[in-house]
Amino acid sequence: MNLFVILRRLRGLIYKETLQIFRDPSSLLIAFILPAIFLVLYGYGLSLDVKDIKLGIVMEDTAPTAQSLIRSFINSKYYDIHVDRSKKAFENQLISGKIKGILIIPQDFSKKLRNRGNIAPLQLITDGSDPNTAHLIQNYTQGVWQNWLVQESYIQSKNSAAGLINMESRVWFNSELKSSNTLIPGIIAIVMALVGTLLTALVIAREWERGTMESLMATPVSIVEIILGKIIPYFILGMTSMLITVLASILMFKIPFRGSIIWFLVLSSLFMFISLFLGLLISTVTKNQFVASMVSMVSAFLPTMILSGFLFEISSMPPVIRLISSIIPARYFISGIRTLFLAGDVPELFIFNSFIMFLLGLILFLITAKKTVKRLD
Amino acid sequence: MQKQLIKINNLSRQFSKTDKFALDCINAEIPSGKITGLVGPDGAGKTTLIRTVAGLLLPTSGIITVNGFDSIKEADEIQSIISYMPQKFGLYEDLTVIENLNLYADLKNVTGDERKSRFEILLKFTDLNRFTRRLAGALSGGMKQKLGLACCLIKKPQLLLLDEPSVGVDPISRRELWSMVKELVDDEMGVIWSTAYLDEAEKCDNVLLLNEGQLCFHGIPSELYERVKNRTFQIQNIEGSNRKALTTALNNNKVIDGIIQGNNVRIVTRKENIFPSNQELSSGINLKIIKVEPRFEDAFIDILGGGPGGKSLLSEKMQIIPEYNKDIIVTTGLTKTFGDFTAADNISFSVKQGEIFGLLGPNGAGKSTTFKMMCGLLKPTSGTARIVGYDLRTASGEARSKLGYMAQKFSLYDNLSILQNLNFFAGIYGLSGKQKREKIEQMVQIFDLKQYFNDSAGGLPLGFKQRLALACAVMHNPPVLFLDEPTSGVDPITRREFWVHINGLVQKGVTIVITTHFMDEAEYCDRIGLVYRSRLIAMGSPDELKSRIRSEIIPDPTLEDTFIELIRIKETQRQAT
Repeated sequence: MNLFVILRRLRGLIYKETLQIFRDPSSLLIAFILPAIFLVLYGYGLSLDVKDIKLGIVMEDTAPTAQSLIRSFINSKYYDIHVDRSKKAFENQLISGKIKGILIIPQDFSKKLRNRGNIAPLQLITDGSDPNTAHLIQNYTQGVWQNWLVQESYIQSKNSAAGLINMESRVWFNSELKSSNTLIPGIIAIVMALVGTLLTALVIAREWERGTMESLMATPVSIVEIILGKIIPYFILGMTSMLITVLASILMFKIPFRGSIIWFLVLSSLFMFISLFLGLLISTVTKNQFVASMVSMVSAFLPTMILSGFLFEISSMPPVIRLISSIIPARYFISGIRTLFLAGDVPELFIFNSFIMFLLGLILFLITAKKTVKRLD
Repeated sequence: MQKQLIKINNLSRQFSKTDKFALDCINAEIPSGKITGLVGPDGAGKTTLIRTVAGLLLPTSGIITVNGFDSIKEADEIQSIISYMPQKFGLYEDLTVIENLNLYADLKNVTGDERKSRFEILLKFTDLNRFTRRLAGALSGGMKQKLGLACCLIKKPQLLLLDEPSVGVDPISRRELWSMVKELVDDEMGVIWSTAYLDEAEKCDNVLLLNEGQLCFHGIPSELYERVKNRTFQIQNIEGSNRKALTTALNNNKVIDGIIQGNNVRIVTRKENIFPSNQELSSGINLKIIKVEPRFEDAFIDILGGGPGGKSLLSEKMQIIPEYNKDIIVTTGLTKTFGDFTAADNISFSVKQGEIFGLLGPNGAGKSTTFKMMCGLLKPTSGTARIVGYDLRTASGEARSKLGYMAQKFSLYDNLSILQNLNFFAGIYGLSGKQKREKIEQMVQIFDLKQYFNDSAGGLPLGFKQRLALACAVMHNPPVLFLDEPTSGVDPITRREFWVHINGLVQKGVTIVITTHFMDEAEYCDRIGLVYRSRLIAMGSPDELKSRIRSEIIPDPTLEDTFIELIRIKETQRQAT
């Protein structure tokens, strides 16, 4: 077959698809509004770090050292501190969930502090029904306490020579431990998996529903042309949407981007192709917009959310689930772009991840091409 | 010598191992240069056959070749010489007319000057020149159909496949399309035209008649008429009710089929020239029996073994509806607007008890809207509809218990069994206890539903679905029955059976309001209201309406002629003002 003829047909299909994209609001909604909603909801709504935890401090000791300790708690951005002389009121508030923990500074605090070798003179009570927060309070309190000790000893060291062992911990890549820094790249992956899959899943199912697929198939167009005629315009649309989403997340959430654009394009194109092919496969099998959208949700959104390492640590999953997660393309994409955002270029990782995504994409393409025969059955 | 374009050899197609054959051992040859009608009721296998010819479905067994190309191995070659218009026309509704044409021109590699001249010819031919920038979705049914055809003709195919091009299109557009295709056919091109309208089949050069996957007849229509030659008659000058005459005739052993034609009755006899005597028909002394031209449907019914006779168990069991001396249905100034679109405009008429009143009109003319307002499913913007004296707006509960309704599409619960459906509808209409059990048993007996008793309704054959729908609509002895295109898509035998019941019911005093696309069914109506552009433009008995347009050019108009002519007159009036 003459290449020129093939290209003309392809151009005709792509032009048609482009016109449809601009006339039908649903594609544009999926490509631009859906990511925006996700970014806002997840970016602002889902946060793994806690600010302004309500903590009650029972001040049984009023000595200056105790005052100074309380001040450093008040100064911490993690806590919203309430101070009282007795434990009673706080206990009720803890039960009703109004505060998340109680820190008790006992009467003999300053005395015990002066006599080194005694057991830790602070008591922390936390709400175990919310283990996550309880754990955080424990850590943060320890942090504040350590800090305070260092400060105090510094002040005191002017007086005495007694020094403490000083541990300085440093967090790499995300020095502020801002959870949005690690979450946003994951959200981008989720949004793109959903957008890519939905775009193709819906438009091809629509052609089946409206009977236009049938007349396309009865023309000399080949199946590869039909697939390309869908993939190319939606790839462009999907990548535009991806770039806008990335740009928006950098600007909105002040996330660093430390890698190179080239690697970003390589990884995201591969991921976008996989999503588009998945959508294509779904719509070819279901041939119905409603079913296609449901299946897209289940097969693109859920695994990306749960099995990609976005929220849940893969290494702590049972072996079977870990095995399943290794065929989830989003896993490789998320690990890739997280690195790009936070660490910079790590070519070995990117090459490996791209290779796996390429393989997964190839398998998906082969299945799709086999399923999309130019026939109605 | 005539070229055989398509050769079909022992073709069978089964969709799954347990299903019955959608196509069962078909053998046929289809020539070039002719219009070949592919005729049969819904579900007969027409679409399956067309798709198999186009290489879009694989045969389960057997071989099809198109111009020598094998449909399995050489589908690509076949697809480069055919054009196929599927049932929904295959148009992109969000593209304009010209964008649709451009797309198909790209796909079929029609370029440059050839494209230009081809577009010019096609746009002129289809009269779409004014609408090139309009979205295909905004075109009327008839125009969509023309655009679909134009897209098929961008590159002249050797084989043009049209799958029910006339479905959902009014008679005027149907005629136009027919003459367009007729004009196109030449020695280089063959056409397959599939249709459920038997009158269209009569005009084809060649006919394949399918029923339940089997090829009942293959040849030229006149051959088909041979089998019913000298067996078709019209009974004229009937005294008294033509319905009674029809029932008597159908119950006569010499008659295998009969329908009403205006005031007359048309029958098909079992043997040539042997028809019932005047005494047997007992419809007056002036009775005249005239031989008439056979029609396609006569032959079809003959092939299928004759009609169902004239006895309606339903009407025998049905209680007589007490006489109601005023008009049983009265509508005054019914109007419905949706936004700034008026779907029904000031529609007034009345129907007497025991009448069959038909609402006819092109698609989108407003007949369904009117219909729905009459049975209380849609609230009129202004005007009233009264059923048995009840105003549907204020007393809709009482009024609705007086009416039975059979919707256009099969509207029973697909996943309930026959019994469950009957139970449900009996419950809805307030039947209970012994009365309900008896009624259900009666319905099962009347409509012969026993064999499918516990099957879910969705899997029933179409004919049975329709029986069940009718059973559900009449279970509560309603004095008024609304039927919205009740027979679309069913085979002629089932349609006959249906009309036997309707005739029986009418004789018991039931009043019927019906919409239909079949002109021969409109003949059953006592009166017809013709709806066009949201208005009632003509009303009267079929014979009255025909006489309005009778002229030297059309001395004996059919109802379809009448329909088209009345609309044409209205249209010229409209354009003049």
